[in-house]
Amino acid sequence: MASSRDILEKLAMKHRALQETLVKNKHADDVQALVPSAKVNVGKLQPTMKAAESSDEDPGETLKRTLRAQRQRRKELLLSKSSVQESHNNEETEEVSTIKRYSPNDKLADKTEESSVISIKPPSGSYGSATPQPSSSVFLDTFVTQHLQEKLRAARSKGEKLQQLEASVQSPSRLQQLRDRDTVTRFDTRQVDPVGAGRHDDPPVLHNRIKFREAARRVRDLPTAEESYNFFTFNFEPDRPNERLSRKRQIRRKSAEEARDEEEGKAAEVEEDAGGEDDQDETVNQSDEAHLVQNADDLFVIDHSPQDFLVVKKAEYVSYHTRIQQESELFTPSFRTVPASVKLPENMKPRFLEEEGLYVGKRPAISLTNENILENRLLKMDEGRKWFGDDGRIITLPDPVKESSTRPPLADMEEDLHPALQTVYRRPLKSMYGSSDPTGDYQIDVNVSGLIFSHHPLFSREHVLAARLAHLFDQYLTRRQSNLSGHLTDKLNGLRNALRNVVKVHGDQDLPQALQRRIFEYSLEVRNTRHLRDMEQEKDRTLLKNIIKVWKEIKALREFQTFTNTPYKLYLRRENVDLAADEHMYEEEILTEALEIEAEHEEDYQKKLAEYKKQQEEWKRWRKKQKAKKKKKKKKKRGQTQDDTDEEDQDQEGSESEGPFEEGPPKPEPPERPDFDSIEQWVREKASRIRRKPGEVILTPELSASGSITPSELCPRAEVARREDVSKRSLFIKVLYNDKEVSRTGSCSLRSDFRVQFTQLFHLKILNCPQSMNLQVFEQIGSSSSLLAQVFVPVPEPSVVTGSAPVETFEFSSNQRVMFDHEGVGSDVPLSFEPDGSNKVILLTSGKLACCVSWGIGEDDVPRAPPVSQQLGAAHSGLGHLDAVTYIGASGLYDMKKISEWATQSRLDPNDPNNASIMQLLKVASSGEVTAPDYFRLEHLQEEFNFATDEEMEKSKRFRLLRLRHQGVPEFRNYKFVPAFSSETSEEVFKEYDRRLRDEEIINKEEHLDSHRALVARYLQKIRESVINRFIQAKHHYLLSDLVVEEEIPSIGGAGSGILGLNLFKLAEPKRPLKPQRKERKKVTAQNLSDGDVRLLINIIRAHNIPVRKPHSNKPGQSSQSAIQGSEWFISQVQVKPFVEVSFQRTVLQTTTADGPNPSWNEELQLPFSAPNGDYSTTGLQSVKDEVFINIFDEVVHEAAASNKERRPSVHTQTEKHWLGSVKIPFSTIYSQSRIDGAFRVNTPAVLLGYSKEHGSFAAYDHFRKPNEGTFIRLFITMEPQLVPGEAIREKIKEMTFESQEDERLLQASETFERAAALRYPDRPCITTVIDLNGKTVFITRYIRPLKPPQEFLDAFPNNPQEATTLVARYVSLIPSLPDELSFCGPCDLWSTCDQFLTLLAGDEEEHAVLLCNYFLFLGKKAWLIMGTAIPEGPTAYVLTHEPSGFFIWNPSSGQCFERDDTFCPLQTIGCLVSSDNVWFNIQEKASPVNMSFDVTNTSWWKPFFSRSFSHPGLSSVQPEELVYFHTDRAAASDLQDRIEKILKEKVMEWRPRHPTRWNRYCNSILKQFLPKLELSRGQDVAKAHRHELQNLLGDYRIAGFPLHMPFSEIRPIIEAVYSTGVHNVQVSNVEFALAVYVHPYPSYVLSVWVYLASLTRP
Amino acid sequence: VTMATNNPSVFLLTVNGQIEGANFPEHDNLYCKYCYVYGHDWAPTTGLEEGITQITCKNSQTQRLVWNFPLETTFKSTNPFGWPQLVVSVYGPDVFGNDVVRGYGATHIPFTPGQHKRSIPMFVPEPTWRLQKFTGWLLGRRPEYTDPKVVAQGEGREVTRVCSQGSVTVSFHIMSKDMKKMGYDVGPSHVHSATPD
Repeated sequence: MASSRDILEKLAMKHRALQETLVKNKHADDVQALVPSAKVNVGKLQPTMKAAESSDEDPGETLKRTLRAQRQRRKELLLSKSSVQESHNNEETEEVSTIKRYSPNDKLADKTEESSVISIKPPSGSYGSATPQPSSSVFLDTFVTQHLQEKLRAARSKGEKLQQLEASVQSPSRLQQLRDRDTVTRFDTRQVDPVGAGRHDDPPVLHNRIKFREAARRVRDLPTAEESYNFFTFNFEPDRPNERLSRKRQIRRKSAEEARDEEEGKAAEVEEDAGGEDDQDETVNQSDEAHLVQNADDLFVIDHSPQDFLVVKKAEYVSYHTRIQQESELFTPSFRTVPASVKLPENMKPRFLEEEGLYVGKRPAISLTNENILENRLLKMDEGRKWFGDDGRIITLPDPVKESSTRPPLADMEEDLHPALQTVYRRPLKSMYGSSDPTGDYQIDVNVSGLIFSHHPLFSREHVLAARLAHLFDQYLTRRQSNLSGHLTDKLNGLRNALRNVVKVHGDQDLPQALQRRIFEYSLEVRNTRHLRDMEQEKDRTLLKNIIKVWKEIKALREFQTFTNTPYKLYLRRENVDLAADEHMYEEEILTEALEIEAEHEEDYQKKLAEYKKQQEEWKRWRKKQKAKKKKKKKKKRGQTQDDTDEEDQDQEGSESEGPFEEGPPKPEPPERPDFDSIEQWVREKASRIRRKPGEVILTPELSASGSITPSELCPRAEVARREDVSKRSLFIKVLYNDKEVSRTGSCSLRSDFRVQFTQLFHLKILNCPQSMNLQVFEQIGSSSSLLAQVFVPVPEPSVVTGSAPVETFEFSSNQRVMFDHEGVGSDVPLSFEPDGSNKVILLTSGKLACCVSWGIGEDDVPRAPPVSQQLGAAHSGLGHLDAVTYIGASGLYDMKKISEWATQSRLDPNDPNNASIMQLLKVASSGEVTAPDYFRLEHLQEEFNFATDEEMEKSKRFRLLRLRHQGVPEFRNYKFVPAFSSETSEEVFKEYDRRLRDEEIINKEEHLDSHRALVARYLQKIRESVINRFIQAKHHYLLSDLVVEEEIPSIGGAGSGILGLNLFKLAEPKRPLKPQRKERKKVTAQNLSDGDVRLLINIIRAHNIPVRKPHSNKPGQSSQSAIQGSEWFISQVQVKPFVEVSFQRTVLQTTTADGPNPSWNEELQLPFSAPNGDYSTTGLQSVKDEVFINIFDEVVHEAAASNKERRPSVHTQTEKHWLGSVKIPFSTIYSQSRIDGAFRVNTPAVLLGYSKEHGSFAAYDHFRKPNEGTFIRLFITMEPQLVPGEAIREKIKEMTFESQEDERLLQASETFERAAALRYPDRPCITTVIDLNGKTVFITRYIRPLKPPQEFLDAFPNNPQEATTLVARYVSLIPSLPDELSFCGPCDLWSTCDQFLTLLAGDEEEHAVLLCNYFLFLGKKAWLIMGTAIPEGPTAYVLTHEPSGFFIWNPSSGQCFERDDTFCPLQTIGCLVSSDNVWFNIQEKASPVNMSFDVTNTSWWKPFFSRSFSHPGLSSVQPEELVYFHTDRAAASDLQDRIEKILKEKVMEWRPRHPTRWNRYCNSILKQFLPKLELSRGQDVAKAHRHELQNLLGDYRIAGFPLHMPFSEIRPIIEAVYSTGVHNVQVSNVEFALAVYVHPYPSYVLSVWVYLASLTRP
Repeated sequence: VTMATNNPSVFLLTVNGQIEGANFPEHDNLYCKYCYVYGHDWAPTTGLEEGITQITCKNSQTQRLVWNFPLETTFKSTNPFGWPQLVVSVYGPDVFGNDVVRGYGATHIPFTPGQHKRSIPMFVPEPTWRLQKFTGWLLGRRPEYTDPKVVAQGEGREVTRVCSQGSVTVSFHIMSKDMKKMGYDVGPSHVHSATPD
């Protein structure tokens, strides 16, 4: 290569080589055109390939040189052969550069093409990256690529010409200039110089990197003449880059303008250079940045050897000064504290969350300096402030380090550890249940012996053929071993002989049936066997042919490529045969066969013929029939007149017309007679095709691997590269068990024959059921490995044990596409062995893995396999799926699909009786008769769990009893001893209950005495039921206090002196104080109580103002004196001898008798208490309706003797007790209050015959009354032991959050208001929301609204509003009181509206108060509702009115009115005031009305609910606009009056069973007349006149009696009241009784009942 | 009650046994109260329904409290529902000499005739607050159940928090009569113990 002539010669040679290689290239181009994207992908996405390719250059120089030499050699070889090859000369001859492009290695050519395509792509932004985006290949559709290729080719030729032309014009000075310019960087200088040298080497090979490298390394030498020539003649076009850019744009737009051909040509050349991965051209020329980037890209893609960049220089020294300067540019954060203002956003003050009460974790400890540095550093950053929190410090998480060790200290671990903590080592035991498990001590041995590739991407062409040959030869061997054709031939001969024998023996006579059949069978067999034999022979022959063909191909290839890659050699052993004998046999065979076939054909023919005849006959018959039919028809049609002559015509007609509807059998075709002559011909042809010709040598192929492989030194470069690649690869196998890698083989290098020997044995000790076994074949190149294929290995049968198991081969394959630029054929790449490129095959990487998987054998030669009986599959399924319920879940039991799925999975034994039901179910389900229910049942097993049917439950009395008791029906709530058998349960038990049920339907008029009230009672009952249902759940909601008694912590800093102080004080207090105070006792829950345990303690202290006896005189005249002598009586006479009698639950106890109108007893009475049905539960106690009657009697002693004013002890005396008044306290009040302490106003009758109040009453408006006007008694009542009252269900309801229509905000506010109130003043009731009859929460102010009282009250005193007020108050008080506890069976407080109240005619104090308040408001008064506590009611509601004379407090249930400063006012504390628009809570120091101010505007005394901050939202009232009053029927009232009278009379007689009860009719009538007057005067101011009247009327009767007044609700309270007065207890024989009843009707069935009871004794 | 032996209307359950002792690692000088909780259809016929044991203190070696307090009660019933439960509660003095509760526990009387031994784990309610725990300790007012029988009921227990304390061992000797006749089969031992009628 010294002169240009050499080059020319070489060029000529290469041209020819080109022509030859073009054939291949064309093919390659085609492929590229078809799958450009794939190509690009492969080229770019496989870095391994690149690495492989680049690795060619990595080794040392020697290697490269040898490579080059090899390639040169190969080129020459090819050239010499090229004359033989077909040539397709499509290219211009002067196209020189393409010779290099289409280098003999078509792989390389492919590569260049491909890279040229890449470089054409526009330099997009992402182009700078090492690899172009694969997506960009989208642009490169087929058209563009082809178009470009054409252009390129054209341009190349032109460019070449231009180059040559310009070469002469090129001036060295310009070059020099360029060189100067380019030596800006060291890098470039270094690069350019070798370029210049490299040029001379070989211009066409310029782009060959290796050459360039070589040249670069030769820099130190002087450039050769050729190099320098090339260097100087080379065209450096400075303006190329711009053109190139425009060119690119053009290409992108797919516009190819012919006018710019030249430019394009140049551009294309540049690109071509780039494509050839030769970059120096561009490095020199380009100033454009984009190109530089591209170059860089190319630079990096190419793996430069380190020497390329290595430069030896002296050590760098930077002077101290510059270093200082450099360092000064560095940022050094300051140590100083950063002011907070810098760290926070502008105008923000640091906010400390801790101070706001929020929890802030402890910050981890950082030294201040470090923190300062960090802060300073952060502040320098963009958005540095985001690192700082609101407090101006760096946001930190709390210190994660725990202060104390979480591990308990074990200081004395060695010495004396607590025995409980001593650990004892126990040997791990195998589970006793595990033995039957497949998770036993099993072992699987996996023996991976080796791997043979039937195809590998690194196969050379020869390998492919060799593999094919080996495969064919394998086939051949197996075929030869089985020798099917030989066998079949023998069989055929045998059959023929047998057949012949049969025929021979029997001759041609008539053969018996059996024999005939036998012959037939034989011949059939012969026919089949012959057919099979022919096929086998054909296969044998083609196989042999193929083997020879492939071998020939291999030979040709070896010859062609001049080296041998595979050691295979095929020997064909020839076996000469005796020609004559052979021919004879051959002929004989043909003859026999021909005869046989003839016979067969004959037979067939006969058969067919017979068939034909049969069919023909049939057809004829049918035809005849048709004719006959037609005839008949015709006759019918035309009658008999028709001539017979034109029968034929008609026949035809008929057949035509008949054809459509009656298809006859087709006319059969006669069978063709077989052509016997052709048979022999055919047999011969076949024989020559499938059989060895007579006399032909028998060829026996023998494949041996004894051939020698050409050593690498003698191979061309591409092959060497391939071999190197092969040697780099190694393989290993991962063994995966149940998808988990358990072991892997060592990596074994891939041998040149593509076999890998592992021979490694793995013992897998298994614990889990084998589910899958998987061997993964990995290929390793260097350190990276890739999964080649997976081989799934079946889990061996338990009988397969190591040692006995044969090695099996498993085939595997991979569809990975691999391509190489060396001799390796790749994978998934079309490959053709034909010279014209046809008959392409695509080979995939595939191979066989030889391995052996078997169960291991233990030390004692026991196979460590699961027992054979235990089906592995079943065992496996048994683990997870044996139980249907656990597998699919209970709910799935109704899903047929799931069940069947489960059944199939778990392989249920259909014969197992346990599974019978499931099988049955599945059978039915699969038959489709039963479909799964499309409804959902919550408790679908309910019926199964019922132990008795519903009917049984209904019928059985016992079950009924049990159920009723469980439901808590009152009659059965505490029923004991439900009999064990239904028969023992008596009907009696249910009688009461049934009656009650019945009664609820039919209202008992007897009890209610009033139809309206009956209806109301029923209505009430209904409401009660619904409310009970509502509260049942609330009752079962327990609070801690229900279960646990816990000492409350005394309030700290409150009124008390603290916890300790209080108790110390307690310790110090005197044991027996002079003035003992009542202490709170421990409360007892009522659960463990029984009858007699509970007593009612009633402490009767004293009484005030008891009426005194009048001077008793028999003389009528004396009565007038009494008034005058009042004061004298007071002094001289025994005024009264009162005692107190307490009756409760029909137990009566009395105090001692005291003297005077202001007695002091100070006695404690203990009354036993028994709960109904012995039910001492909270609910039981709450439902106790009994009342405590405290009656004051006067003990009157009469002397039996007639003598007056003389008292001798001997005289018989008669003691009488006269009822003076009573106090009634319901038990429920005592129970809920737990203690009652105070002065009670004694309910005294309006008229007390024979007695006078010490101070006469004043007939004036109530507020003029003096406070001491009434009679009062001071009582203290409690229970022993103290029972825990059922705390108001309200609390619980609150938790249950009853629905409400109120605004959520309002409810919340009210809750806070109430809570705050309760916290500060726990004893002051504060109510803002109440529950209405529907159980909804309603704000309390909604109840207040002016309502009009009945018109008649307004009309009664039109001029006296005070009178009207009293009337109204009286009316309200006449509505019966019924505590909510009683009506609703629970401690709940339901508020009914006024109309509901009037309809129900029963209500609590609240309802009374609300109604009264509303009436007062209507009357124009200022009125408020007071929520407070009073005696004896406890928390209650009163009404406050403001009148000119002051504030008045009204007790709505009694109608009484008190002045504010009335000390006897029962109202003890005032919690809050309610008006229609606000609620005020009392925050004054005192809560008793006497000490209070009622100025609600003063917010320091009254805390308003609605204030300026939370204004009244304008709540509408729940009250009706107007109350509708019904006029009460007077007749009904008088009817009721008569009935009450009758009942009472009967009762009195009943109470006096031993004495006759005489009724003084006269007196009765007088009293009766008197009662209406009492009603009219409301019990005031009639006493005197009345007494006079009575006295006059009754003369000398001693009369003791009084009118009782009460609101009417039921008859029972009236009877009780009468009984409690004890009038009937007069035992005197001559006593007479008088009784009068008056019922006064008020509107809306409000009835006032007066009972006048008197006893008359005749002296 | 005179019952025809062939047609009994009640069955009898006799509970003999003893509250043997307890194991309270932290406390000493304890006594035990016991009572029965049973359903509506049950009634004790003879024997003590409730009782209090003596105060016992620990032996320094065994660390066990021994009461050996006999139980002897006979119940009659018509219905196994509400089967009697033995409720035991253990009390003892605290540091200041206040009698405080040391544990509550309950167990059903065994169903099957024969000898049984039960170890009843004991617990006490916990104070709601820490402070209360302190004051309770100081003043000797520990939280107690409103009724020891609460521990024999299931309802409402979710509102309490308890702390385990120790255990009480009780042995039972159970006899029953006529249960089988009334159709209640309580196990194999019953069959064997069938008496000739």
